[in-house]
Amino acid sequence: MTETRAHSDAHRTIVPARNRLQSAAAALLCILIGVLLYVVSNSPNVQWSVIPGYLFDPTILSGVRLTLIFTVLSIVIALILGTGLALMKQAQNGVLSGFAGLYIWFFRGTPLLVQIIFWFNIQLFVPTVGFGAYHIQTNALVTSFVAALLALSLNEAAYMAEIVRGGLLSVDPGQREAAAALGYRPGQIAVRVILPQALRVITPAIGNQTISMLKTTSLVSIVAAQDLLTRVQNIYATNFLIIELLTVASLWYLVLTTVASVLQYFIERRLGAAQGVQAPTAVARFLGLFTEGRR
Amino acid sequence: MISGDAKVAMRARAVRKSFGALEVLSGIDLDVREGEVVCILGPSGSGKSTFLRCINHLEKVDGGTIHVDGHLIGYEDRDGVLHELHAKALARQRSEIGMVFQRFNLFAHLSARDNIVQPQRLVRGAEPAAARARAQELLEMVGLGDRGDAYPSQLSGGQQQRVAIARALAMRPKLMLFDEPTSALDPELVGEVLTVIRKLAEEGMTMIIVTHEVGFARDVADRVVFMDGGVVVEEGSASDLITNPQQDRTRVFLRRML
Repeated sequence: MTETRAHSDAHRTIVPARNRLQSAAAALLCILIGVLLYVVSNSPNVQWSVIPGYLFDPTILSGVRLTLIFTVLSIVIALILGTGLALMKQAQNGVLSGFAGLYIWFFRGTPLLVQIIFWFNIQLFVPTVGFGAYHIQTNALVTSFVAALLALSLNEAAYMAEIVRGGLLSVDPGQREAAAALGYRPGQIAVRVILPQALRVITPAIGNQTISMLKTTSLVSIVAAQDLLTRVQNIYATNFLIIELLTVASLWYLVLTTVASVLQYFIERRLGAAQGVQAPTAVARFLGLFTEGRR
Repeated sequence: MISGDAKVAMRARAVRKSFGALEVLSGIDLDVREGEVVCILGPSGSGKSTFLRCINHLEKVDGGTIHVDGHLIGYEDRDGVLHELHAKALARQRSEIGMVFQRFNLFAHLSARDNIVQPQRLVRGAEPAAARARAQELLEMVGLGDRGDAYPSQLSGGQQQRVAIARALAMRPKLMLFDEPTSALDPELVGEVLTVIRKLAEEGMTMIIVTHEVGFARDVADRVVFMDGGVVVEEGSASDLITNPQQDRTRVFLRRML
């Protein structure tokens, strides 16, 4: 008797409990999505067939290029400025730390859209720049491209400053003490000891900011800075294919953010692998990205 | 043994230090002569680590003076007024004083070898080849000649501490400070670090060692200083102080440690 029971115990079929409420909700959701797809695809006013043609239109492609340029330039400039601000905020000198605090407070506390419009209209404020006999109209200097880049970079720098500061704070204070005890000067401690280790912590956050920036750049269309959104707006202003062209832009934004997310995944996996075995320097770690599988 | 007329390597006079309202050092006087090994014993919170950190100005003293190799540490005496040194001059002073920390503090992003190479390059301006050769020599001296490429996270605590000692020695310091060098180690790893320190003592390195290892202090120290409550309670030759303490506080402490 006991023997047969033991035998059958090993071969029982297991049926997991089913959540009826979730099943019902899922069915309802499927129906809703189906209806929505039917309505959208059968709309007589939307010409879906024009979308493939516009996807690789030269005007659109140059807009994509400019969106990428805005993203990369503003992230790089923001990272440099943000690192400076983060170091200033830690300074003993009250003017330096106060300025950094004020900067971060101001640029995070006002809308980016307002900042973009402000820089575009800077000539109302400062009509000419230059010194001595040499003067130039601010209007000629601050084109919509420059205004957009200034606004994106200066705004992003405030966020980068906080990210970098968090990274600096994450480095064990013992590292600074050891370097000081060896006779490192403050600049050497920052550049050769603290920053390389902080980079491990701030890299994932920089990735997030970059992905976010790809979409944020669309705000510069308000000053017609010729980014992707500006281009589609220019086109639908003449042919009124608004939904179609916004779909084109959205597809491109999705492609850009997806590619960036995949890149970020590989970078973070690389960093994760390096947690037990720390790679020599940030640069070596970056180069290591392209020689994956060697180790 | 150290002869009575050997040069003074470190001279502390009336050193005081407070953290907020808490006075941690209440007037420390201590002389350490060249080639001498001095161990500082004392209960937790007695101020011994703080005093050690004052010697290379990692902590600023609130009163008193410390001279290392005849130089006033951390300050410039201008007509009796002490002006704090600028970062560059301070860095130069510190480069002459080696320090080994309780928690090793190896640079986590550099290999063991580069931990020893980088300070020689940045602080002493050494040529890469010379710095690497010296690093290898020192790694071999601490018994880690084959571990130069390992990162700190790949080394045991005892190995990390030996690399940290090698790193400090690379600067050819006139004085070595050890801040509880074995307190963070698993018991079975203590010996390998103490062996290296003992070897340095035999080579005549001037050392001030804050430690809880009473047996080690008795073996290696020329002199033992017992601190409690921010003052030097008692000092004397290692064998005298440890086997025959004169003060009650010293006796109580030693009874607990042995």
